[in-house]
Amino acid sequence: VENVRLLDRLSSRRAVVGTLYLTATHVIFVENGSETRKETWVLHSQISSIEKQATTATGCPLLIRCKNFQVIQLVIPQERDCHDVYISLIRLARPVKYEELYCFSFNPKLDKEEREQGWKLVDLNEEYNRMGVPNNYWQISDVNRDYGVCDSYPAEVYVPKSATAHIIVGSSKFRSRRRFPALSYYCKGNNASICRSSQPLSGFSARCLEDEQMLQAIRKANPGSDFIYVVDTRPKLNAMANRAAGKGYENEDNYSNIKFQFIGIENIHVMRNSLQKMLEVCELKSPSMSDFLWGLENSGWLKHIKAIMDAGIFIAKAVAEEGVSVLVHCSDGWDRTAQVCSVASLLLDPYYRTMKGFMVLIEKDWVSFGHKFNHRYGNLDGDPKEISPVIDQFIECVWQLMEQFPCAFEFNERFLIHIQHHIYSCQFGNFLCNSQKERQELKIKERTYSLWAHLWKNRADYLNPLYRSDHSQTQGTLYPQIAPCNFLYKFWSGMYNRFEKGLHPRQSVTDYLMAVKEETQQLEEELEVLQERLANLQKSQSGDSKVKSKQQDRSKQMGLYTSNNSLANTPQEYSNDLKSFPSRSPSQGDEEDSALILTQDNLKSSDPDLSANSDQESGVEDLSCRSPSGGGCLPSEDSGKDSDEAVFLAG
Amino acid sequence: TNEWRLSCVNKEFSVCSSYPPVVIVPKCVDDEALRKVALFRQGGRFPVLSYYHKKNGMAMLRSSQPLTGTNGRRCKEDEKLINATLRSGRRGFVIDTRPLSVAQQARAKGGGFEQEVHYPQWRRIHKYIERFNILQESFIKLVEACNDQSHNMDRWLSKLEASNWLTHIKELLTAACLAAQCIDRESASVLVHGSEGTDSTLQVTSLAQIILDPRCRTIRGFEALIVREWLQAGHPFQQRCAQSAYSNSKQKWEAPVFLLFLECVWQIHRQFPCSFEFNEQFLIMLFEHAYASQFGTFLGNNENERAKLKLPQKTMSLWSWVNRPEELSRFQNPLYEANILVIWPSVAPQSLQLWEGVFLRWNRPSRFLEEAEEERINIIKYNKELQAKVNTLRRQLAEMEADEEVQEEP
Repeated sequence: VENVRLLDRLSSRRAVVGTLYLTATHVIFVENGSETRKETWVLHSQISSIEKQATTATGCPLLIRCKNFQVIQLVIPQERDCHDVYISLIRLARPVKYEELYCFSFNPKLDKEEREQGWKLVDLNEEYNRMGVPNNYWQISDVNRDYGVCDSYPAEVYVPKSATAHIIVGSSKFRSRRRFPALSYYCKGNNASICRSSQPLSGFSARCLEDEQMLQAIRKANPGSDFIYVVDTRPKLNAMANRAAGKGYENEDNYSNIKFQFIGIENIHVMRNSLQKMLEVCELKSPSMSDFLWGLENSGWLKHIKAIMDAGIFIAKAVAEEGVSVLVHCSDGWDRTAQVCSVASLLLDPYYRTMKGFMVLIEKDWVSFGHKFNHRYGNLDGDPKEISPVIDQFIECVWQLMEQFPCAFEFNERFLIHIQHHIYSCQFGNFLCNSQKERQELKIKERTYSLWAHLWKNRADYLNPLYRSDHSQTQGTLYPQIAPCNFLYKFWSGMYNRFEKGLHPRQSVTDYLMAVKEETQQLEEELEVLQERLANLQKSQSGDSKVKSKQQDRSKQMGLYTSNNSLANTPQEYSNDLKSFPSRSPSQGDEEDSALILTQDNLKSSDPDLSANSDQESGVEDLSCRSPSGGGCLPSEDSGKDSDEAVFLAG
Repeated sequence: TNEWRLSCVNKEFSVCSSYPPVVIVPKCVDDEALRKVALFRQGGRFPVLSYYHKKNGMAMLRSSQPLTGTNGRRCKEDEKLINATLRSGRRGFVIDTRPLSVAQQARAKGGGFEQEVHYPQWRRIHKYIERFNILQESFIKLVEACNDQSHNMDRWLSKLEASNWLTHIKELLTAACLAAQCIDRESASVLVHGSEGTDSTLQVTSLAQIILDPRCRTIRGFEALIVREWLQAGHPFQQRCAQSAYSNSKQKWEAPVFLLFLECVWQIHRQFPCSFEFNEQFLIMLFEHAYASQFGTFLGNNENERAKLKLPQKTMSLWSWVNRPEELSRFQNPLYEANILVIWPSVAPQSLQLWEGVFLRWNRPSRFLEEAEEERINIIKYNKELQAKVNTLRRQLAEMEADEEVQEEP
């Protein structure tokens, strides 16, 4: 469709005209005119909702909201075209079969072996071994080998050694969707563990001997403690309501040696509405400070984030400080339980704060234990009531922790944002389906690529320059402040206003430090080369005059060679190969050498200026787009009236 | 320059008691005219140059309100003075920091605003900036909210909202950006005033300079800005910064005007973390010394009072202490890279945050943040050391090679 206008969300005056293309996988908008022909690509699977608004004189507006919080406003001149686009997008954004998803057609031009390597990057067996299991207390159980006991669990599950197959199966029959208690995290230091399950089918009075034995076994697997915590992450009211449906929570009288605890995290429907409300606030055109703060509070979003964090902190403390094992569940044990277990693990174990460890954590607590990615993130057309930003909340919890502990994480904010993006994008197979079993049936690993390999390949972009593995914060358990801490939870504009670049700090400290670190590395290398050359020179000067010139030749070539290839990290190696190089005149080599260094230097020093330049531009853009009426210039006429519509009145 | 001159008309503080002895005015206006203009402006604060934008020769002036009264008095010299700052055929902007209604009410008390009839080349814009007791109440509410020990998330945000503090921040930044925009983008001269021209006027003119002038973002430049736009311009520090947030008795003159300004600087700093030579600690230090200090710098309400109290003779200057190298190193921003451009901050609510370094200073765990800052410093320091080393070696090498060639030639 031609002559489509892409509107700037903040100002209706600023719009670009271009052509809209619909492909099998993307919506593409290409700007007309300008030499750059800027393109906007949106994956169909990112589209959350499409809204056709009332036709105006200029055309038919179409509003596309994306799951990664991008909002695109298009105006299509012909009503008929607009309708066509609308209908096609509705169809394209809601595929019915997995095979329609992008990951089945996405081909990053890797061969089979590389793809397999990619899937092997994150290995859960290795992870459990790292934790220290199997050991004297825990073992792999094969009861669920063919997903016979619980179809949403992984095939291999760690359980206490004293729990026999009979106990496990018995316990599974007493739990919602047969999600029996299984190991999520084991703390090598003190034998305490975090286990997860779904709610018990206790109703008002039912009990199950095997389930009681199962909890007993978990307690015994931690000889240091004579009780376990059972944490129900639901609000008490919700849990009680579930009893009427034959579900519910553990009765302390029936289970020996448990301490039962409610932690009120709301259900997926409350969370969905909360996000909706917060996004409405983000979408406001030039809101006042009160509008914004009031809306943010009214959405309750930060309150929910805090509730999840509090639960995670409680469990981490129980495990690390008291040395007590914890069993966590909610209703089905795949949403709130996943959130809470992964937050607790993140607090407890520095490994999960590394890039690789974080991938492992998501793979372990979310992917393998059957978090319903397909339902929650609407990959296939389904019940809109199943959709909820569950993992988004976890990702935000991590960001909130990063704000409080700036040196504790190996990765940066961009890493989190890209993971969030790909959970919805369906470009990689990792987050397809609702369970391991479905993924296996679909042969995901043979037909799609792994996100983790993709992120790992580009890991230099995701590094936190402040991270140091020997820092105090990166060691051991993190203890976020609990009280008073309301103000510690902040609105994450980097995520929810991700595409409104004008709102963000114009200079990124992270990027700046990353550039500095890179330069530092280059300098280190150069330093080594220079030292070597210097040493050689000194040697040659003290030595025989005939050898002198030869040596000088050599050292110069060496310098040239290494600085041409800044990859050369061990310049010493090259001294052996030197003989095979054709000899050049020393002066020539020297000239080239220094010239090269100079240009490198120039590049570096001009870098910040470049960024500053774009800063200014974006700054100006922002100023003008703040004003719906002014559009950058002050109204020069109608000065008789006092209704000053100057730019900053709007802001 | 050709257009501006120094005037000593206020030598004995006789024309305006809150102005410094020397001010900058348009060249074509003589001291006699200045005296007349002073009578037409509240407190004798006639329009003087606050900032000259080298890039396009535009000027920012500040003054107090004109004393037009109800019958629309006018003063030919005043009109001539401010018109003298305009290029021929160009317009200027008057930024009045009061809403129109307040400016109109002020006429009943003898004050007022520039009327279009008499100032046809000027376009007046009202940008309301909160002052005095309302600002003070907002400040007290905010501090209360920050020290609230309850765990309830809802109450925190609504209390923050109810304090209106961030609203004031947003409005002040907006006004300052507007002034900067008029000068830099519209190439127009600007006159800023409120009522007395000692509070919101100074906030706007000084913030606009932070945005426009890279020099104001250096440590020395920022110090000079505070001396020029706050101390010499007669911001009544003594009256405004007596009690801070814990005054029970309603002090009529108490108001966190200077703090609001510092926080706005911090907001811009947050958005441009690499463009300022100083760090957050520097701003916090200034905030503290404005309220309680062993130095005489912030004592008194204006230069006149300071001269009478003989403060320069009796007390030490804050600047002489701050500018010692060992102190200075604490206030340097490791990320600083001189940025000669105009920096336009965003004033959207999503872009503004509470200044935790001041308001939550004692309530938040700061250890980890300090460690992060230390790490930042270390990264940069290590980089600089390496650079120095590499440069020395390069030089040595070049020298040795030069020697070598000399030896070879014969």
